[in-house]
Amino acid sequence: MAQNQTNQNPEPAVLSVRNVGMSFGGLRALSEVDLDVRPGEVVALIGPNGAGKTTFFNCITGIYTPTEGQVTARPRDGRERRINGMRTNLVCELGMARTFQNIRLFPSMTALENVMIGRHCRTRTGVLGAVLRGAGTRREEQEVVDKSYELLGTVGLKTMANEYARNLPYGAQRRLEIARALATEPFLLLLDEPAAGMNPQETLELKDMVLRIRTQFAVSVLLIEHDMKMVMSLSDRIYVMEYGRVISTGTPKEVSEDPQVIRAYLGEESDA
Amino acid sequence: MTAADIFRHLKKALAAAVWLAFLTLPIMVIRVDTVEKTVTWRWMHLAYMAAGSFVLALVWNIMLERRDRGQADKDQDGGEGASALARRLADPRLARPLMAFGLLAAAAFPWFFSMYQTNILVSAMIYVVLGLGLNITVGLAGLLDLGYVAFYAVGAYAYALLNYHFHLGFWTVLPLGGILGAFFGLLLGFPVLRLRGDYLAIVTLGFGQIIRLVLENWGEFSFGPSGIANISRPGLFGIPYSVEQATTYIYYIMLGLVLLTIFVTARLKDSRIGRAWLALREDEIACQAMGIDNTRAKLLAFALGATFASLMGVVFAAKTTFINPASFTFMESAMILAIVVLGGMGSVLGVILGALLLMLLPEYMRAFSEYRMLIFGATMVVIMVFRPQGLVRAKRKVYKINVETAG
Repeated sequence: MAQNQTNQNPEPAVLSVRNVGMSFGGLRALSEVDLDVRPGEVVALIGPNGAGKTTFFNCITGIYTPTEGQVTARPRDGRERRINGMRTNLVCELGMARTFQNIRLFPSMTALENVMIGRHCRTRTGVLGAVLRGAGTRREEQEVVDKSYELLGTVGLKTMANEYARNLPYGAQRRLEIARALATEPFLLLLDEPAAGMNPQETLELKDMVLRIRTQFAVSVLLIEHDMKMVMSLSDRIYVMEYGRVISTGTPKEVSEDPQVIRAYLGEESDA
Repeated sequence: MTAADIFRHLKKALAAAVWLAFLTLPIMVIRVDTVEKTVTWRWMHLAYMAAGSFVLALVWNIMLERRDRGQADKDQDGGEGASALARRLADPRLARPLMAFGLLAAAAFPWFFSMYQTNILVSAMIYVVLGLGLNITVGLAGLLDLGYVAFYAVGAYAYALLNYHFHLGFWTVLPLGGILGAFFGLLLGFPVLRLRGDYLAIVTLGFGQIIRLVLENWGEFSFGPSGIANISRPGLFGIPYSVEQATTYIYYIMLGLVLLTIFVTARLKDSRIGRAWLALREDEIACQAMGIDNTRAKLLAFALGATFASLMGVVFAAKTTFINPASFTFMESAMILAIVVLGGMGSVLGVILGALLLMLLPEYMRAFSEYRMLIFGATMVVIMVFRPQGLVRAKRKVYKINVETAG
């Protein structure tokens, strides 16, 4: 069903990756990766540990520059841009915001301030404005506070707004990272194992939250995840990676029936 | 504290005392006179040694345990339990009159105290501004700068040389010095953009040394180690004044600059820029991934920190009317860094207190001149053991939320 939807979708992809490869010296971490994320889609990237999923994230967010291939993004203004090798902060400003596999919040800032950091690239106050604190600066500052507080509400953290990030419970930290990413007004949300370390109940809530965010903010989502139950019920399409290559792609149902995927996950049957 | 606790502490202290007495036995007790060929056994020294170390060890252990217990309590209520004193000080009903009183006292100071006292306070205030400037680079942006004194030297030599060659006055050079300082801040900032932590510290240390060595050895430019004398004092609309009046005049100039610096740094701290610096300090990769231009934030932190140091250099040159490279050694950088760390990284109030403590304590301890540096060092160790976050822990702002819009 999801397959039909995407096939009929006439809109071009918001993120399209063509033939991307990444080598660290002699080590080939990614090769010939093709991937598309279409508007409003939730796409999952799965694969065994060490398959190159996080490396792939780092390649498209400018932390690494891919050694081969093309990464193009189509932000909300509709102008397609090549983004491989673009600086990380510019990728974010373009509208691709990410979370991290091992949570990377700003621990000694409050939850609210963490989200406010996300607003940085959408605001303009400079040194002079900050020192003089004129009407414009005050208005912008209040806007940042209000918007950030609203986003905390979206992820259910309003009551913890003035808590230090390091004092938040684990699940709350994961959600705070998502709120911080949303504050940058992305068109594409990149989630690196958002459910890692969560219990089944929290994972279920996270799934609902991601779906809600997709509609509410009209974002596409690309996520790396190991929790199969979540991936299968959440994603429109799945890419499976192994040894730096995409070995299978399709709807959750197609992927789960693909013999190649079963082999990658369960190991090859020995000669009978 | 139970009897068992007391007994445990006593036992521990006794063990320490016995051990120390044993270790120091050869140097404290036995005295060999090689001329008279006699050996004296000063057993009383052993008793002093044991008694002294017993008391010290006892106090130290009890204090350490109290600290650990205090920290455990704090962790339970969210880790940020501010002391009652700090909370009361933060209350604007008390803070406002206190600040007003402090300001009044500062304004009246030169009229009630001698020129000597005023001069000491001017030096202390220079270090307040230096501390607040370095606080931007180290405390907020987390860029460990061990060559900060170089910018101080830049300001001082800028004024001294411009005054010597072109007879430019203090008020003309003050803004020029600030701009020059910012320029040198950028100059240092560019090559170290990719460095962090220890590596950054080493490069900045080198930068500080380069500036000092250039000033010391490039005689034609800076007059070498003999320095520059007869630098003009700040002008006062052409009105002549005595040396004593000059001290008062510079005192007020410094008071104004201190207030300006406090105002600027306090506002920056809780602004969009200040938050970006904090994020940079906390996690560089996440910071950049959230759309903050790391390069710009770093350069800005270096340039602004350097501006304040350079401004102070100009004032320093005008105050002492003589400068030479010996005033700008690594020791100064270390001192300013100690002010920031001891006062509390990122906290404006903490840095002010730290500067006053570190500058005034040695001044007023001249009475025990022999033990001055010993007491000074011990004070630093004690503060760092019992308040590792500094005298005043930096608190984050609690933001008011517009209820109507945020609903």
